[in-house]
Amino acid sequence: MSAKIKKYAGERIKTADLRAGKVPVVRWRPKVRYAWSTGIAMSRFLKELKNGKIIARKCHKCNRIVVPPRMYCEMCFRPTDEWVYVKDSGIINTYSISYLAADATRTDKPTVVAVIEIDGASKGIGIVHIIGEAKPKDVTFGMKVKAVWKPPKERTGAITDIKYFKPVEV
Amino acid sequence: MFAKRRVAVVGAGLTLFRRNLKETGRELAFEASKMALDSAGLTRKDIDCVTLGTAPDAFDGIHMKGENLSDGAGAYRKPYTRVFVGGGTGVFAPNAGWWHVASGLFDTCLVVAEEKMSSCFPHPQYAFTTIFDPIMSRPIGMNLVWIFAIEMHRYMHVHGIKKEQIALVSVKNKGNAMDHPCAQLPAKITVEDVLNSETLVHPVQRLDISPTSDGAAALVLASEKVAKEITDDPVWIDGVGWGIDSTYWTNRDLYYPKYVECAARMAYKMAGIKNPPKEIDVAEPYDPFDYKELHHMEGLLLCKKGEAPKLTEEGVTQRDGDLPINPSGGLLGVGNPIAAAGLMKVCEIFWQLRGEAGKRQVPGDPRTGVAQAWGDLMQYGSVIVLRS
Repeated sequence: MSAKIKKYAGERIKTADLRAGKVPVVRWRPKVRYAWSTGIAMSRFLKELKNGKIIARKCHKCNRIVVPPRMYCEMCFRPTDEWVYVKDSGIINTYSISYLAADATRTDKPTVVAVIEIDGASKGIGIVHIIGEAKPKDVTFGMKVKAVWKPPKERTGAITDIKYFKPVEV
Repeated sequence: MFAKRRVAVVGAGLTLFRRNLKETGRELAFEASKMALDSAGLTRKDIDCVTLGTAPDAFDGIHMKGENLSDGAGAYRKPYTRVFVGGGTGVFAPNAGWWHVASGLFDTCLVVAEEKMSSCFPHPQYAFTTIFDPIMSRPIGMNLVWIFAIEMHRYMHVHGIKKEQIALVSVKNKGNAMDHPCAQLPAKITVEDVLNSETLVHPVQRLDISPTSDGAAALVLASEKVAKEITDDPVWIDGVGWGIDSTYWTNRDLYYPKYVECAARMAYKMAGIKNPPKEIDVAEPYDPFDYKELHHMEGLLLCKKGEAPKLTEEGVTQRDGDLPINPSGGLLGVGNPIAAAGLMKVCEIFWQLRGEAGKRQVPGDPRTGVAQAWGDLMQYGSVIVLRS
């Protein structure tokens, strides 16, 4: 086995040869499109975003107020009970500073992305969003932040109706 | 609840791990499978069933990769199952193989794991975009390294861990990989090299991450009766465990991998392990990022929460330390063809317990080893305990 085996299979292609088209390859680009139903809970959530509000669901058994909202409690495994408005502010639970785009190319400017524990939701319940109007080096754990909304006319009922969260001066 | 039939690993196979391998996924699956069968002294005829693990279809752009790979995995006209739990697949595949045999349904099972990531352009990371929730996450430009950087940062913050401590994992694993014949990124590097490497998503830097890889791995499993007929040196699967945490990852505290603890407790209970750090001689926790080795050591209950960086600094996790961690070189050193990387770890424990790991052999005649993988949306743990 390992120490007994002298040769392992695998023949590496040189990247340069691949780029120069010296290696036979078959190429294909998918052309599918998707339209996702946003569902019972998230349809309401997105409508409320359009109104400049964040809405959560409460489970009367575990008493958790959760956002993103869901129609069932994954812990108690029963339907959640009521809609509850939460604030559009919170604290930074954790964050990172990205120089990387989704396709792994590098970005010129850093993007701060954070998990924000939402005020009015249960402890530790957060959403992920971008932090703006702050120098990356000034962002800290536990920092208070508040949503910066798009103007009402520009909102489409999407998570991007919140442009980003910005630090609150305390 | 535990099966009465013991299951042994009797053979293992591996291909080179590289970016841009010329072989197709099917050819890689064949090479690893053939090596595993040869090493057990068996042929495809001796195999009752096949379990295949391979991770996201989007890398290959081939939907339902299970059928695509089946012939190369030796499944022709046999009971065949593909299992898929994201990054956890490589250790979950032998768990699935185990229950095929432990249940009494089959006497032998070929477990194959394959991944070919380099077919995807401009970068396989882009394919990962499709794992995120389309309503909450994708519109803000979510990418995979973001969420790991977020998790790493939380872990560092809660325990006050310094980047220098985490970088030691990358130094160790890439160094260990110098002795692995299949390794893609073996290197002698220093903590400074890691700290000076390009920042991708702070606190993650280039040398904190495992590479894009192609490769395959395979194991042959056999029931106790068959194992004793074909080898004097079986390695027993004494514990298996797996489990998942909530998909609402922004509602969880990411500083601790509870899902790994759940899977570990299941496997340890089955194996009768009460004191993991004392009873486990060698471990291969999943290390696609350097901090994940530390995170997973804690989830595997190999040390207290927040203690893994200290053990690493003290040299405990070196190959000749008290608790060797990733003697193979791990994903950071050997490479990360997702499912195949997880199964590579199980192959390593098999070879370590047989005393066949050559230059990588940990001293002291190890008898008990554990391998673990991690997957889905930072929420899945799979664990296997092997004993010689």
